[in-house]
Amino acid sequence: MSGRQKKLLQQLGLWVLIVIISVYALFPFYYAIITSFKSGSAIFQVTYWPTDFSLANYWGVLAQGRFPRNIFNSIVVSFAVVVLSLLLAVTAAYALARVRFQGRGILLFTILSVSMFPQIAVLAGLFEMVRGLGLYNNLLSLILAYMIFTLPFTVWVLTTFMRDLPIELEEAAIVDGAKPHQIIFQVFMPLMWPALVTTGLLAFIAAWNEFLFALTFVSNDAQRTVPVAIALLSGATEQEIPWGPIMAASVIVTVPLVILVLIFQRRIVAGLTAGAVKG
Amino acid sequence: MVTATSSLPQAEIPAGRKKKTQLTREKIRAAWIFLTPMILVLLAVAAWPLIRTIWLGFTDARLSVPGSGQWIGFENYLFWLDYGDGEGEWIGLLADPTWWRAVWNTVYFTVIAVSIETLLGLLVALVLNAQFAGRGFVRAAILVPWAIPTIVSAKMWDWMLNDQFGILNDMFMTLGLISAPIAWTSSPDTAMAAVIMVDVWKTTPFMALLILAGMQMLPGDVYEAAKVDGIHPVKVFFKVTLPLIKPAIMVAVIFRMLDSLRIFDLIYVLTPNNAQTVTMSVYARQHLFDFDNFAYGSAASTLLFLIIAGITIVYIYAGRVNLSGDK
Amino acid sequence: MRLRSQTSVMALVLASFVAGTAASAADLSIVSGAVGRDIDELRKHLDMFEAETGISVDIVTMPASTTDQFGQYRLWLSAENPDIDVYRVDVIWAPQLSAHFVDLSEHAADVVDDHFPAIIQSQTVDGRLVALPMFTDAPALYYRSDLLEKHGFEPPATWVELTETAKAIQDAERAEGHDRIWGFVWQGAAYEGLTVNALEWVASNGGGQIVEPDGEISINNENAAEIIDLAATWPGNISPPGVLGYREEEARGVWQVGDAVFMRNWPYAYALSQSDDSAVQDLFDITPLPTGPSGDQNAAGLGGWNLAVSEYSPNKEAAIELVKYLASYEIQKDRAIETTRLPTLPALYEDEDVLAAQPVIGEWLPIFQEAVPRPSAPTKANYNQVSQEFWTAVHATLSGNGDAATNLTQLERNLMRIRRAGW
Repeated sequence: MSGRQKKLLQQLGLWVLIVIISVYALFPFYYAIITSFKSGSAIFQVTYWPTDFSLANYWGVLAQGRFPRNIFNSIVVSFAVVVLSLLLAVTAAYALARVRFQGRGILLFTILSVSMFPQIAVLAGLFEMVRGLGLYNNLLSLILAYMIFTLPFTVWVLTTFMRDLPIELEEAAIVDGAKPHQIIFQVFMPLMWPALVTTGLLAFIAAWNEFLFALTFVSNDAQRTVPVAIALLSGATEQEIPWGPIMAASVIVTVPLVILVLIFQRRIVAGLTAGAVKG
Repeated sequence: MVTATSSLPQAEIPAGRKKKTQLTREKIRAAWIFLTPMILVLLAVAAWPLIRTIWLGFTDARLSVPGSGQWIGFENYLFWLDYGDGEGEWIGLLADPTWWRAVWNTVYFTVIAVSIETLLGLLVALVLNAQFAGRGFVRAAILVPWAIPTIVSAKMWDWMLNDQFGILNDMFMTLGLISAPIAWTSSPDTAMAAVIMVDVWKTTPFMALLILAGMQMLPGDVYEAAKVDGIHPVKVFFKVTLPLIKPAIMVAVIFRMLDSLRIFDLIYVLTPNNAQTVTMSVYARQHLFDFDNFAYGSAASTLLFLIIAGITIVYIYAGRVNLSGDK
Repeated sequence: MRLRSQTSVMALVLASFVAGTAASAADLSIVSGAVGRDIDELRKHLDMFEAETGISVDIVTMPASTTDQFGQYRLWLSAENPDIDVYRVDVIWAPQLSAHFVDLSEHAADVVDDHFPAIIQSQTVDGRLVALPMFTDAPALYYRSDLLEKHGFEPPATWVELTETAKAIQDAERAEGHDRIWGFVWQGAAYEGLTVNALEWVASNGGGQIVEPDGEISINNENAAEIIDLAATWPGNISPPGVLGYREEEARGVWQVGDAVFMRNWPYAYALSQSDDSAVQDLFDITPLPTGPSGDQNAAGLGGWNLAVSEYSPNKEAAIELVKYLASYEIQKDRAIETTRLPTLPALYEDEDVLAAQPVIGEWLPIFQEAVPRPSAPTKANYNQVSQEFWTAVHATLSGNGDAATNLTQLERNLMRIRRAGW
């Protein structure tokens, strides 16, 4: 075998792998999309290519029932969680990254451990707390509970990021007589947008996808977030399991995420490797 | 260190000064003020609930009995039940075969799933590390499974794995791999396989990207030298690449492992109530809310916490994973 | 400055969702799981209720799996959730949830005597009537009268006969090109429904009721093992392998497209199977569930759904009014005619409109009257766990993990652990 042939073969092998990987990653999503466009009994015919283009399932999910409301809930909760955790994390990260004080290492280690907490371990205690505060079936309970995984994560990533900001900037600001909070919000903040966007996005996705707390802390349809709504979606009509609407709902909530991922893929990868957020 | 994950942020302020200046003191005070809100929130949502959970594990709390919650010591964990006729037996969590079954299921799932994910992740990372047109597209494509909510991916796969109308059975039968449709999610023989299948699909990208980040930090001159010396690429991979990216893999594995050990949502949707796939989290939540054993469920949660902490410590120690970042 | 703008965004977000929460609220909320047309039917009755009283009612939907429903209901009730006023509860849940429900005995004193006393009795805990019956339930064996006639079979009287008939017709039909047909579909998923199915087998074979009324754990016996071993031959033989994941609706799906000879299901499936888009319209009939080879009882598991008012409802008066409305003669009559749900009022079994529209309701009366209750009374708060242990043991046997005798021995041991000193 000549060198050129060998090289060609290698290229071929690489491309075969690339195609397999892409198909493997995308096929379930693709299949959900083509299923969501089928209506009636067409859904029970296995097809590999799009055959129907009926919007009935989307209409059913969006126009009847509570699904738009659930999407709104998810947006509110995820957004509030992101804003709150970034707000708390930026100042905390400054303290952890730029100030040397006693107990800093232990604090950082504790924060890292909390971000790896199994959520079930706090479920009983949190349930008690939510009930005690009268927050049951209220989205505030979820905003509170989600802090347990978004806050440590954002603090950690922002700390690593802030540590790398040039010291000269800070020194110059100090010479000008700036106070610590001015350093954070006027000097560092403008440099931190990329990091804030990345961590914010990752925290958003984590909150958007959370299931255990959402299943436990809210009851009514109108308060459910998207994952719970999809998990508990029951057929209001005479079908067995409403696969069509479930697939339509799945596509609706996934498309925005996919678009975000496509736009921010470089940042996401950077953020993931910096913080190793949960999968 | 290879990934930023693994290094503790270092303060940039030089520490060598003999005496703390007024400025430094002021800074430290400001630092604690900045830290206080975050610490308070974490105390409220993490520390306090954890303490309460542990406490509840030592009580007889039941949700259906208001005001219950008397201290009963270790009875939820281990208790000699005397039948009064000289006979008796040990009961409680530590003597509950169902619990140990759940522990086994969880560990089994974690070991198998994370191993497959590591191998596949390595493969995908190697492919993505090569130069080819459309690399950005493929990298975005493998992010899709990661971004999809777990519940949604569970539903998508539940549909694909449907015994009667599922495309997977159709595919396998067309290819002649199976002769009759398999009830993937309900048959005890395949339920765990189905869960692993979905988890691998969803989390391999995470693994691949972490490993890829490690690979891209490797010095290029090593490879040039190896090429000049005519060393076989496979040998280069095992002798050079693998040892160098090992820290990155170890970190990726521990994050995935911690995640798998607490798996709940995928199983709740895909294989509900199936004894083969009841994991520690599922078991704990069942007792907390479905079986009216709030205290027993809390005890299980506590034990789960201890088991995960134990496994993590052993792993970090044995694998010499450098999470603290000391070079 | 940035801080301030972020704070105002936060405030805006919180304000918008608090406002949104208030905007959607109806006067009452009722939570209900659903199979078939249940939700459509309930919506219709709620709209009628609103037209009459001006009280609007929201439905909180739940998936069809009764096991998941129960866990969630207990969770919500123990959280003293004020946002759900009325719960649709399974006949077995009353003893376990009674502390959270309003005592209806005085409010419903005028109508209580119209219902079957046994049903009222089942919903009375320590003298408190915690739920009013909406409809009762008892399964029957659905069979394809056309196929039985074609191949010369009678409706089976025993489970053994059923196995043989199903196999014979299934093979014959497949030989004629009907590839997808199966002999028998039922509920084999690991959930409460399997407990009912298996309890029927066991009781029909003289194997007791898992836990007897006096609290004795009776399940580990030869008759029980014999019939469960027989059932274990079904999946893959006369039932699809996927039957181990089937609930009511999956079984009905296979049946209603004409792919099953026999089906075990509840009365709701009758009206649906008789609808115009059903492939089996006018081609089937029902008969009591068969008896076991060593028993003589046609055991149907007692089901039924009832309506309870939450103790934490801020609007109890209206909620009680709604419950009484949904349990009333007129509404039960409509439910019986439209969805073949069995009424809980004896008078309706003689109502001419009902008998004219759904003669099958009359046929169902004896089945329901001999139905076997699940052991929820003796096992009290532990029922759910007992049921889970039972269905787990049965599911294991059905899927070939050990024979019934072994699994039942293990089950007995587990139940003794749950019982500890007493139920």
